[in-house]
Amino acid sequence: MTQDDGTTTEDDKTAQTAEGSAPSRRSLLGWGGAGLALGAVAAGGTAAALRTGGDAQPAGADATSRSAVAFHGTHQAGIATAVQDRLHFASFDVTTDDRDELIALLKEWTKAAARMTAGDTVGDGAVGGLAEAPPDDTGEALGLPPSRLTLTFGIGPTLFEKDGKDRFGIKARRPDALIDLPQFPGDNLDKTRSGGDLCVQACADDPQVAVHAIRNLARIGFGKVAIRWSQLGFGKTSSTTPDAQTPRNMFGFKDGTHNLAGTDSAALDKHVWVADGAAKGKESWMAGGSYLVARRIRMHIETWDRTSRKEQEDIFGRDKGEGAPVGRKHERDTPHLKSMLPTAHVRLAHPDSNGGIRILRRGYSFTDGTDGLGRLDAGLFFLAYQRDVRQGFVPLQKRLAADDALNEYIQHVGSAVFAVPPGVRNADDWWGRELFA
Amino acid sequence: MRAHRSSVVAALAAVTAVTAVAGCAAKNDGKEGGGKGAIEVTATDSSCELSAKEFPAGHVRFAVQNKGSKVTEVYVYAAGDRIVTERENIGPGTKAEITAEIKAGSYEVACKPGMKGDGIRQKVTASGKGAAKRDPKLDAAVAAYRSYVQEQADQTLPEAQKFADAVKDGDVEAAKKAYALSRVGWERTEPVAESFGDIDPKVDVRADGVEKGQEWTGWHKLEKSLWEEKKISGDDKKLADRLITDLKDWQKRVGKAEITPTSMANGAKELLDEVATGKVTGEEERYSHTDLVDFQGNVEGAQKAYELLKPVVGKNDPALAKELDKQFKAIRTLLDDHRDSKSADGFASYDTVGKGERKKLSDGVNALAEPLSKLAAAVATTK
Repeated sequence: MTQDDGTTTEDDKTAQTAEGSAPSRRSLLGWGGAGLALGAVAAGGTAAALRTGGDAQPAGADATSRSAVAFHGTHQAGIATAVQDRLHFASFDVTTDDRDELIALLKEWTKAAARMTAGDTVGDGAVGGLAEAPPDDTGEALGLPPSRLTLTFGIGPTLFEKDGKDRFGIKARRPDALIDLPQFPGDNLDKTRSGGDLCVQACADDPQVAVHAIRNLARIGFGKVAIRWSQLGFGKTSSTTPDAQTPRNMFGFKDGTHNLAGTDSAALDKHVWVADGAAKGKESWMAGGSYLVARRIRMHIETWDRTSRKEQEDIFGRDKGEGAPVGRKHERDTPHLKSMLPTAHVRLAHPDSNGGIRILRRGYSFTDGTDGLGRLDAGLFFLAYQRDVRQGFVPLQKRLAADDALNEYIQHVGSAVFAVPPGVRNADDWWGRELFA
Repeated sequence: MRAHRSSVVAALAAVTAVTAVAGCAAKNDGKEGGGKGAIEVTATDSSCELSAKEFPAGHVRFAVQNKGSKVTEVYVYAAGDRIVTERENIGPGTKAEITAEIKAGSYEVACKPGMKGDGIRQKVTASGKGAAKRDPKLDAAVAAYRSYVQEQADQTLPEAQKFADAVKDGDVEAAKKAYALSRVGWERTEPVAESFGDIDPKVDVRADGVEKGQEWTGWHKLEKSLWEEKKISGDDKKLADRLITDLKDWQKRVGKAEITPTSMANGAKELLDEVATGKVTGEEERYSHTDLVDFQGNVEGAQKAYELLKPVVGKNDPALAKELDKQFKAIRTLLDDHRDSKSADGFASYDTVGKGERKKLSDGVNALAEPLSKLAAAVATTK
């Protein structure tokens, strides 16, 4: 969870202090969160409310929750963009072995994505076409505003090589940073909820808009790709704006008080975007991109709910009501790590405990009904962006998996890692062009 | 398989398709719904009045107005209660429009207040030619498909007879062996069979499709006896005879089915829908687990319709033809992976097909069915 949550309370503080700044907006955001504050870890952050690439989209933006987020830019939208309320994340297997067919699909996807994020329908639309043919667009988003839909595209390790096979002639271009994640202690990964050749993260303020986007992309892709797994999410677990109330995770704790701010371009450049200089040779196609780790973290809701408040608070290192770090009064007070249990989630996830590591958290809570044993199938769908997984998620999760007191109440059941290419520059550009060009 | 509802849908699809194909046919004129040129149908709780009982054949529109207090539905039946077109759920005080391509002949229009029973019927007559001009290649495709459908029914009867005889002999093992094979012809041409509304619910309904007051008859009832109860009752023996009677009815009527290029195309897609919703999940043959035989039959029937339409599709939408060729080949290859020479029907029992393999089959069905859903448009428009 922790990582998942990304809320690193303390980290934030530290970060602030380190930067010598007084309580800045960012710090305010920061660490409020509690336990699952995975986000905390990285850039402090959870609140990845950044803007898209170089576009001037304000991060905050509740007031504009119906509007459109620019699709084209230096970086893909949906990473630094102010976090929307809902998620539909899909992982795909590529079923064709024809490189040209794959490229044609990526172009078609990009075109459809640009239209949908602008609030338009796919192709010839949902109505008015031939009566005896199914419409190009499935239609359930008709009449809905763009709802700040973002579609973020990623490439998994298996697209480069699978079962020893260089599937599309790109094996040599697999970045070193796109590692296969190691097995962490406590992982109980379900293969059918893990991995994938490609992913699309759809975030929007309206769940129907997010689902519509994935559904239509899947439909366009049939015969070339097949959905491997997908996850719906709600209740963003990352704080995005300084003045917004910090969201709570499924354990009832504020989460994401101190995520990386979407407006903090210096921090983003440092922790999230792959720098031109860092992306050399075979990795040059990743300049301006990022790396995404997705983890489905199941929470043992029922046992948690039977745990005393004191223990819950000790586990997180924050109080449940206000979200204040141990020994402090207010949510956004700088955490004092040493006053927490050595196994407290916030303490372990904090950048100070991890050599300053920060990741950009963008996770969502999920509830998929019950599991057949009557237990709520709920938890955190953890999404974290970073410029190098080897220096971001991996060391953090190693630490958490080993010692986090929260582990008794959570289990990682799905896992995937993707290289997220830079933004689509203009109408002629397409997802993955740099890799296949 | 899906009983009554699906048959109606199939029939409706066929009719809509006809309308489109006949775009160049003589229209009855008229523009807006319920406007001039339409035959007005005024339905009440106790009557069903038509503004005309004789009209020219061709593209016919019925403007329905429900002045009654109950929800109604309106059907146009050809001889033998074959559904030409229908519209359900016309609420009190509302209007609806139905269109159909109607050939010269006698028909019955029925209003069904409360959506029950045979309805209040009126005899109507369509006269003249009114036929659409269309690509002779499409006419040839329809004619060839009609022969295919008849052929499938003709070949099914002896297989079904073998199955029925085994049941009547009380020979569980022999009946089990004959079961899946007796269904192949039906599975290949199911959308056409379903257009007869009354046959499908008698021969191919599953336990969950049986409506209140309906007796469960047909293949799946016997399937349950053979595999689940593992014995044949006296009633089952009677059901075996009934199955043959009903299938003979199908064999007799199937040649007269309303078939058009677009109904062929949509029928092919519906066959894949059957696979996607019933076979790939193992619901269809839940006792015998012979789903893969049905699966193969559905795919073969869809492919037959496609192959016959291909001369036109290849011209109108060559990219679609190429994709369909590829995906049909891919799904046949996938199915071949599950062949089992030791089984009576040639395929592995579906309960031995694991989750991962089922996912592959499902992906294959999606890969084929999505382009297949574009087939009707490719034959409906002439380029």
